[in-house]
Amino acid sequence: MSETVLFAFEAALNGLTVGIMYSLVALGFVLIFKASGIFNFAQGVMALFAALTLVGFQEGAVPFAPLINATFGTSVHNFGFNMPTLLAIPAAVAVMVGFAWLVERIVLKHLINQEPIILFMATIGLAYFLEGLGDIMWGAEVKRLDVGIPQGGNVWFEENTQWLGMGNENFWGFYIDTLNLYALVIAAILVTALVIFSQYTKQGRALRAVADDHQAALSVGISLRFIWVLTWSIAGIVALVAGIMWGSKSGVQFSLSLIALKALPVLILGGFTSIPGAIVGGLMIGIGEKLFDFFMQPIIGGATENWFAYMLALAFLLFRPQGLFGEKIIERV
Amino acid sequence: MLYREAGDFKSTYSSDNQTFPIRFDRYAYWAALGFAFLVVPFLLTDYWANSIVIPLLIYVIAALGLNLLIGYCGQLSLGTGAFMAVGAYATFKLTFAFPWMPIYIVFILAGLVTAVVGVLFGLPSLKIKGFYLAVATLAAQFFLIWLFTRVGWFFNDSATGMITMPQRSMFGVTVTGAAASAIAVYITCLIFVVGMSWLARNLTRGTLGRTWMSIRDMDIAAEIIGVNPLIAKLTAFAVSSFFVGVAGALLFGVYLGAAEAGEAFGINKSFLVLFMVIIGGLGSILGSFLGAAFLVVLPVLLKLMLVDTLGWPADLARHLEVMVIGALIVIVLILEPHGMAALWRTIKDKLRLWPFPH
Amino acid sequence: MKMMKLAAGIAASLSVAAPALAQDLHFPMLSYRTGAYAPGGIPFADGYQDYMTLLNERDGGIGGVPVRISECETAYNTERGVECYESIRDDNPLVIQPLSTGITYQLIPRATEDGIPIHSMGYGRTSAMNGDVFNWVFNYPANYWDGASVAVNYLTSENDGSLEGKKIVLLYHNSAYGREPIRTLESLSETMGFEFSAIAVDHPGQEQGSQWLQIRRERPDYVLMWGWGVMNAVAIQEAANIRFNMNNFIGIWWSGSENDVRPVGAGADGYTALTLHGTGTDYPLYDDLQQYVIDAGLAAGAGDQIGSVLYSRGMYAAMLAAEAARTAQEIHGVAEITPAMMRDGMEALSITQERLTELGLPNFSAAFDVSCENHGGGGQAMVQRWDAEADEWNLITDWISSDRELITSLATEDSAAYAAENNIEPQCAM
Repeated sequence: MSETVLFAFEAALNGLTVGIMYSLVALGFVLIFKASGIFNFAQGVMALFAALTLVGFQEGAVPFAPLINATFGTSVHNFGFNMPTLLAIPAAVAVMVGFAWLVERIVLKHLINQEPIILFMATIGLAYFLEGLGDIMWGAEVKRLDVGIPQGGNVWFEENTQWLGMGNENFWGFYIDTLNLYALVIAAILVTALVIFSQYTKQGRALRAVADDHQAALSVGISLRFIWVLTWSIAGIVALVAGIMWGSKSGVQFSLSLIALKALPVLILGGFTSIPGAIVGGLMIGIGEKLFDFFMQPIIGGATENWFAYMLALAFLLFRPQGLFGEKIIERV
Repeated sequence: MLYREAGDFKSTYSSDNQTFPIRFDRYAYWAALGFAFLVVPFLLTDYWANSIVIPLLIYVIAALGLNLLIGYCGQLSLGTGAFMAVGAYATFKLTFAFPWMPIYIVFILAGLVTAVVGVLFGLPSLKIKGFYLAVATLAAQFFLIWLFTRVGWFFNDSATGMITMPQRSMFGVTVTGAAASAIAVYITCLIFVVGMSWLARNLTRGTLGRTWMSIRDMDIAAEIIGVNPLIAKLTAFAVSSFFVGVAGALLFGVYLGAAEAGEAFGINKSFLVLFMVIIGGLGSILGSFLGAAFLVVLPVLLKLMLVDTLGWPADLARHLEVMVIGALIVIVLILEPHGMAALWRTIKDKLRLWPFPH
Repeated sequence: MKMMKLAAGIAASLSVAAPALAQDLHFPMLSYRTGAYAPGGIPFADGYQDYMTLLNERDGGIGGVPVRISECETAYNTERGVECYESIRDDNPLVIQPLSTGITYQLIPRATEDGIPIHSMGYGRTSAMNGDVFNWVFNYPANYWDGASVAVNYLTSENDGSLEGKKIVLLYHNSAYGREPIRTLESLSETMGFEFSAIAVDHPGQEQGSQWLQIRRERPDYVLMWGWGVMNAVAIQEAANIRFNMNNFIGIWWSGSENDVRPVGAGADGYTALTLHGTGTDYPLYDDLQQYVIDAGLAAGAGDQIGSVLYSRGMYAAMLAAEAARTAQEIHGVAEITPAMMRDGMEALSITQERLTELGLPNFSAAFDVSCENHGGGGQAMVQRWDAEADEWNLITDWISSDRELITSLATEDSAAYAAENNIEPQCAM
């Protein structure tokens, strides 16, 4: 096989795995949009906050240390112990559940029945608030996130695909990052769990009912507020997973919240209300980005990742606005 | 008592249709204009001018533009930063190509260039709306910023990609570059603000404005009664981009003096102007002013209070500032979803009757 | 009632007092402890502040006059930079260190107009080394073009004096900062015979998969990196992932700090970077720092950055500012100097190894002189390598010089364009 084909295939393969990482972020958006019709811009910051909390617990840092030190002139930083990862993760989950409950109580309850743009703006405000809060609670330095997921190019995979080059000395086997492979597995487990939850459990059915029609769900006795707390908690857990995967790659710091901007095109492609859509959309965006960069880099230069996904989404919008798996919206005058 | 409406009868159509029908409002408007043009230049310190007033005026223009698009026409756009960049880069290229051209004309031409670009990126609005349109404008945002960083022609192939504004003067007074006095820059911005808000107010009162509002409220019904959605949406994008382009030109030309596309006109700028419009009030000219004032003054005020007065470390103050802005946005949205302009309208309605309750 | 208190508070904080007479030496500090680049800004600000505190505590200031630092948070944002500048400009600031290339570009015309010197140490507008045009701007001891040349010279020495046929890739942050070295590297590639290509990474650089796949395909001999913020850590991680030889991965001095290598863990072992100064706490100055600042509880920030690369850089910047102030005091014979005097001091600055040893920082910095034409110092840098096991940077070379002739000619060209645009007369006729 010619070099270009091999390299293009490699690029596509890596695009697949990166796409899964994007999907992880998009999943949280889909969940919240399904249940409450809110486009939660704060999802990226939630991932950052969850990762920060996890690292904070792992290191035994004192929350709000800078604030305490500034007000009382003390110099506390650590509790002195390190929480093992197996304990820190459930603790972080508990924090995200608490956060979901607070958000529902303080923000969502008062904004029932507002226009979607108002809700969207409220989540942007929430994102800013959470970002500042995360920085004050845990500090703004870069933190290393290590939950035991191995990283690095997968040597086994590389060696075993070398034969595809058929003696081509410029080809050294396909490269794939082990972390991305783990992300694939974890995403598969997560999506399966979510699908099982929504299809086979009582609360899952209630969630689908709420997504369908708020009024009808209320009239059969489903507590809207409880469902919202549940949805935001699950979205928080998904954010934690996304934060762990992205944080392991590049350290936990402010830029983590910018991955939310990548999730939007994924949602456009996959449809705002479909969980498998988020996965498929992510895969398509990932592959598209990598292939576009591979083929166009010599011609128009690199660094096209930021806008290619959006252009792809735009093209999609013009032909299939509801995405691949989304519901077609029928407007009545 | 303040608003003496009794006995104020109009005898001509033009006086009945005027922008400020109540006499008190009219006098207040003229007084405010006079104050801004004649009194403020003597009161302004350099710090106040450069840190608060001038950015405020520039953002008012940007907020006006975005309000026309989102508030009056209902098209959500997140590409404001990139359109400001178009205005800035257009200014840079124009003033280098034609150094003799008066700088005010350059700014207006830059706005027109941005209007053309805005129409181009507004074309998807004919098929998509709501959040989906926001995605299309985000595509514009990221693509344009990439374009300005990548293609050397835009920044005259300088080694770093930064554009700098040369010194230019208008009516014999230097208005751009470091030698420009704060007063000259202030008057420049004020002239543009007054001109642009006059334009915005009259556009929204006329047929075009009503076309936009009908599209916003119920676009399918509007189409049925004969409103042309193509003309309406594209003109909304064009006019809005004109405003935003002029704001970007001013931001680069008279305020910053040097800019880099990624840093000065990134997505944060788009969100900032969107916040101004939402907090100020969608669909209201006054709202643009209030929103811009709120978001320009608040960080400076917080910084002065927390850092200078309370002596907190600067980073803590900044984190707190981010939290406060986020919290305030949520609070404003909960208490008064239609922004500060709606709040002002309520106050004004009460004042028109005051001290009588009914 | 609450409104009254609030109004009173606002009124109080808005009544900015008129600038008082200079009873102290005001060194403003534009820092970014928040925002996307906070991990880089925090240690620098800590280092700067700690050195100045040391001067106050140990020596009573510079020349007997106490030092005052005012910190202004810019979050690396140009508009805030302007706001910070406006707030300090009437307060007799002796030298402004903008700490961001974007803010520096903005402030150059303003500070020149207002007569306040700018020191953009190892960043900012590279052609400002030409003091003839940029009379008020200094970027000693070295700038980005120097850095590119030093890196190439280092690689040449590693390759027995010739880079013919070698492949060098520049991985750069897609911004003004990242594009600085491209022109220099292109001219060097022509004269020295190596193959050069540049790969851009879009801000913020969180996702660099395509770039590193490309590097893996092309198998260059060396990769140079001009990154900042999260881009550094991700690049080093990706390099480790594709098992690129870290010894051949060389970053500029803004891509060589603990923040960039620690998140990667063991994979970053062997990563090389340029540096303008020494690092670590192995200098006699740190004994004084420990005694007068740390033990006295006056350390800036959380006190956990001491000795790190960026902390040392902040200290270096403060040290250069203090030395320039001292020189200014000597030249003009007064202890309470003005910004104009400070500029003269900076222009006459001479850093020697004897003075460095006196200060407790032997061989911490290169020895260099500043002159009217040359505001860029000596253009020398060292190379350091990260040892992941020992969690520290080790210097692997001594001071390497850049091709100053080439750099100066490029700078003169670039500054001539600026001078023409802004009608600046050459300032160094005497």
